[in-house]
Amino acid sequence: MTPSATMSPGFRIVLRTITCLALVVIYAPLMLVVINSFNASQTFAWPPTDLTLDWWRKAVDSQGARDAVQVSVEVAALATVVALVLGTMAAMALQRYRFFGRDAVSLLIILPIALPGIVTGIALNNAFRTVFGLELGFITIVIAHATFCIVTVFNNVLARLRRMGISLEEASADLGASTFTTFRLVTFPMMRSALLAGGLLAFALSFDEIIVTTFTAGAREQTLPIWIFNNLFRPNQAPVVNVVAVVLILLSIIPIWVSQKLAGASEGLAGR
Amino acid sequence: MNHAATEMKEGAPAIAIRGLRKEFGSVTAVDGVDLDIANGEFFSMLGPSGSGKTTVLRMVAGFESPTAGTIQLGGTDVTKDPPFSRDVNTVFQDYALFPHMSVTQNVEYGLRVKRVPRAERRKRAQEALESVQLSQYGARRPGQLSGGQRQRVALARALVNRPRVLLLDEPLGALDLKLRREMQVELKQLQRDLGITFLFVTHDQEEALTMSDRIAVFNNGRIEQVATPRDLYELPATPFVAGFVGTSNVLDGEAATALLGEPGIFSVRPEKIQLHLDDPHLSDSATPHAVTAAGVVREVVYLGSATQSIVDLDLGGSLIVLRQNQQSPSEGDVAGRGARVHLSWLREHTVSVAPQPVG
Repeated sequence: MTPSATMSPGFRIVLRTITCLALVVIYAPLMLVVINSFNASQTFAWPPTDLTLDWWRKAVDSQGARDAVQVSVEVAALATVVALVLGTMAAMALQRYRFFGRDAVSLLIILPIALPGIVTGIALNNAFRTVFGLELGFITIVIAHATFCIVTVFNNVLARLRRMGISLEEASADLGASTFTTFRLVTFPMMRSALLAGGLLAFALSFDEIIVTTFTAGAREQTLPIWIFNNLFRPNQAPVVNVVAVVLILLSIIPIWVSQKLAGASEGLAGR
Repeated sequence: MNHAATEMKEGAPAIAIRGLRKEFGSVTAVDGVDLDIANGEFFSMLGPSGSGKTTVLRMVAGFESPTAGTIQLGGTDVTKDPPFSRDVNTVFQDYALFPHMSVTQNVEYGLRVKRVPRAERRKRAQEALESVQLSQYGARRPGQLSGGQRQRVALARALVNRPRVLLLDEPLGALDLKLRREMQVELKQLQRDLGITFLFVTHDQEEALTMSDRIAVFNNGRIEQVATPRDLYELPATPFVAGFVGTSNVLDGEAATALLGEPGIFSVRPEKIQLHLDDPHLSDSATPHAVTAAGVVREVVYLGSATQSIVDLDLGGSLIVLRQNQQSPSEGDVAGRGARVHLSWLREHTVSVAPQPVG
């Protein structure tokens, strides 16, 4: 990106100031969390009088936090796998075939991401318990998360298929490849970065979901966000919560960085 | 591979199309097409966009299924076969090279999916790349090639499979004029050397005339005329062909009746017409079979090698006259705008494009 020559210097300064302000508003509180995870004062007295690694040690030893992380990772991984399979199949069906009610189906697939979590949560809670007779727990969280995780995969794959057009697949068939071979050698490799981007986003969505989870987790299972929420207002757990939050910040940087790299790479691909 | 499809029947045309129709919803894209294309022929389908020529090509390739009609390749009915079991290969308009594969991988793709051993397919891919002068570019990605180079890779990727028929969908459309001219000659040469039947789609009449053994002119989903380039140009069968191939020069109505002695629609090519400043009947240059018409020059266009004059006839209508600029300045320049001139041409150069008077 090159600076636009049409921008006046005054306007550029205004833009810069606004950008800086926005970044401060977003990142100052996050910095506060990071510093407080080392703050020796249990009540987070500001400014910190002394620094300590106690909270980090406690966090590592906390069985509750470790269990919650494990549940969250497992839920997110499974929901992502389900979303990748179903989202890809739905995108291919909607992009490559014309049928009655296609637009309606497309809308229905995307809707869950826009629906208020509390509505989805209540609806799924009712359906799981009364209609399907399922006991709320691990499986019900995965299913609930998959409903909105599918959307990110679906959208990414759909956009990729649309940009890819039909001619590469036609060329493959023309050269003698069966439908499955075409998918294996052409369609799938072309979609790979879209799948990775969609999958990362799905994983991130599932990992920090709390509203729908609250309604579908039941009494036994605790995902990380629910554990944090439950422990935030317990005085002796609050410092550990800070540490967990810092770990999450660090972990969030990875998928965002990767997906930004991928987006850049696929833009280069589009310029063929 | 479907071996029945690769078997050649004695004397059968490379492509035989009967009663082919294709409807997209309420739109009829192809409206009853019959064609026989001989083995080793360079056959072009020429027409404006939306005339159905590309749809016919896509049905031969197997990408679209016909609403009605049949397609035979070498005497075998392939109408219901999927693209991957037909012995044809396509060069796409946008080339459709696989961007995630190297040039070599692109070229050997057809051999790879047919499970040709790696050593042999490498060898054949290399040969195919050499035949299009790209042997040094095997390791590159399609994105690192110029338009002309991509076009050659697409050609090599199709030809490496040694298809019986090569389908080309406006393959030169994206190239600039100079490169297009070069590729026209190269393609024609390649086709002659390989002896493969080429079915070539283009909207460029000059391209079709330059390269083809025969041309089918498409209009509104139908074929207007199938002929050799010379016959298409000299003896257009319909007003559409007369207008689409070469410069439109149509005489009709009263002018036709008065000049030619019969009603109808007639075509004269601009370069067949002589332009005189005086009445040729009064001078020595008059010939007994000449048709002459008087008129006023409306416009003179200098084209470099030639000068084009548009002359409004006294009898109604107008004719375009093309004169080579052998001398400088040519007579076309002398007969500037508004000049009174006489036109003359041989009766035999007047071609009836619609025997019955229309409307």
